[in-house]
Amino acid sequence: MSNRWWIIAICSLTLTALLCVIATRTKGATELVVHVTAKKFEFSPAEITAKKGEPLILEIQAEDVKHGFSLADFKVRQDLKPGAVTRVRLTPDKAGKFTFACDVFCGSGHEDMSGVLTVTE
Amino acid sequence: MNRREFITLAGVGGVVFASSLRRGALASSLGSRSEDFYFVQLSDTHWGFDGPSINPDSQGTLKKAVAAVNGLDQQPDFVVFTGDLTHTTDNAQTRRDRMAQFKDIVGQLKAPRTYFMAGEHDASLDRGEAFQQFFGKLTYTFDHKGVHFVVLDNVSDPQGIIGDSQVSWLQSDLKKFKHDHPIVVLTHRPLFDLYPQWDWTTPDGTNVINQLLPFQHVTVFYGHIHQEHHFKTAHIEHHAAKSLMFPLPAPGSVPKRAPVAWDSAAPYRGLGFRDVEAEVRNTRYDLKEIGISKS
Repeated sequence: MSNRWWIIAICSLTLTALLCVIATRTKGATELVVHVTAKKFEFSPAEITAKKGEPLILEIQAEDVKHGFSLADFKVRQDLKPGAVTRVRLTPDKAGKFTFACDVFCGSGHEDMSGVLTVTE
Repeated sequence: MNRREFITLAGVGGVVFASSLRRGALASSLGSRSEDFYFVQLSDTHWGFDGPSINPDSQGTLKKAVAAVNGLDQQPDFVVFTGDLTHTTDNAQTRRDRMAQFKDIVGQLKAPRTYFMAGEHDASLDRGEAFQQFFGKLTYTFDHKGVHFVVLDNVSDPQGIIGDSQVSWLQSDLKKFKHDHPIVVLTHRPLFDLYPQWDWTTPDGTNVINQLLPFQHVTVFYGHIHQEHHFKTAHIEHHAAKSLMFPLPAPGSVPKRAPVAWDSAAPYRGLGFRDVEAEVRNTRYDLKEIGISKS
């Protein structure tokens, strides 16, 4: 192989490797994973911050009974089965403060079981 | 003292809401069968709730409302309770005790008939088992002086889902009526998306509304949101009633849907019940919001 082809091959490999690194870093930097617990009658944390346009994954563990997760402003909802981790994935397309709440009646105090997602620009 | 005088005296700022969509509906549909009548809507009594800063008269407010209704010189044709008769509890025996106490208190009503609906506080934790033992079915219909009343259950499912089988039942029931027949729906949660952020909605309420849309004269009375509220989906009117235990804030007006604290300067503010008068001769329904007074 001529020097010319060696240079092209090395450059290609280097570029491919570089793109892989960039992709991994991009994914790592922009995909926010937040662990949340749900139990009578609270989400913890109850305040979550995310960035507009960047993927957000909530890993929600219901610790006692069945709950629900409803984020009506983004038309997102999931049943939260006790003992299981439920992944809720969304990419906020607007900034502001948005209420999320349990929408499966879970007892006295159910109405208090809510939190706020703050989406920044 | 006649009914209107009573309302003026008993009301803490009683409000008259004329339901314009009713105009012409009853007389044209019922013809010679038409007859004036009225009923009373009480809602969200939450018997068993204990919170002195929210309602220091939690043991007395319902009794005052019962006395106020009994004080009318002309009794309503019937009284409806649109859900959350009792405050929820995880203890099944306490739930039954509260229902028994509630039933004793409202058993003092002089009105000839009483109809009960469940709220999520009554029915969500046991799928309506205790409620049905004390008050009967979760869904049913009745007819009064030519008006067809439909009671829907959007609470025994913990998420408030009405479900396909109930929608099919409704569809079968409505087939018996012409599209100009007056229909009144009684339920607990709003059938439309009033404020889903606070769970003030019924997830599949649209399925019910779609069944009702062909009918020209439909009115929905409900509770759940602890305040007076009026809304239309197409030509269908939806009227929410006040609570008899604690008011809740206007939808989205504050970060949390927490009860409004008691104001000693204005006791019982935001609490009350509703008089629904079918003035058939004048072809309209009047809704009158009646407050609770100290005595």
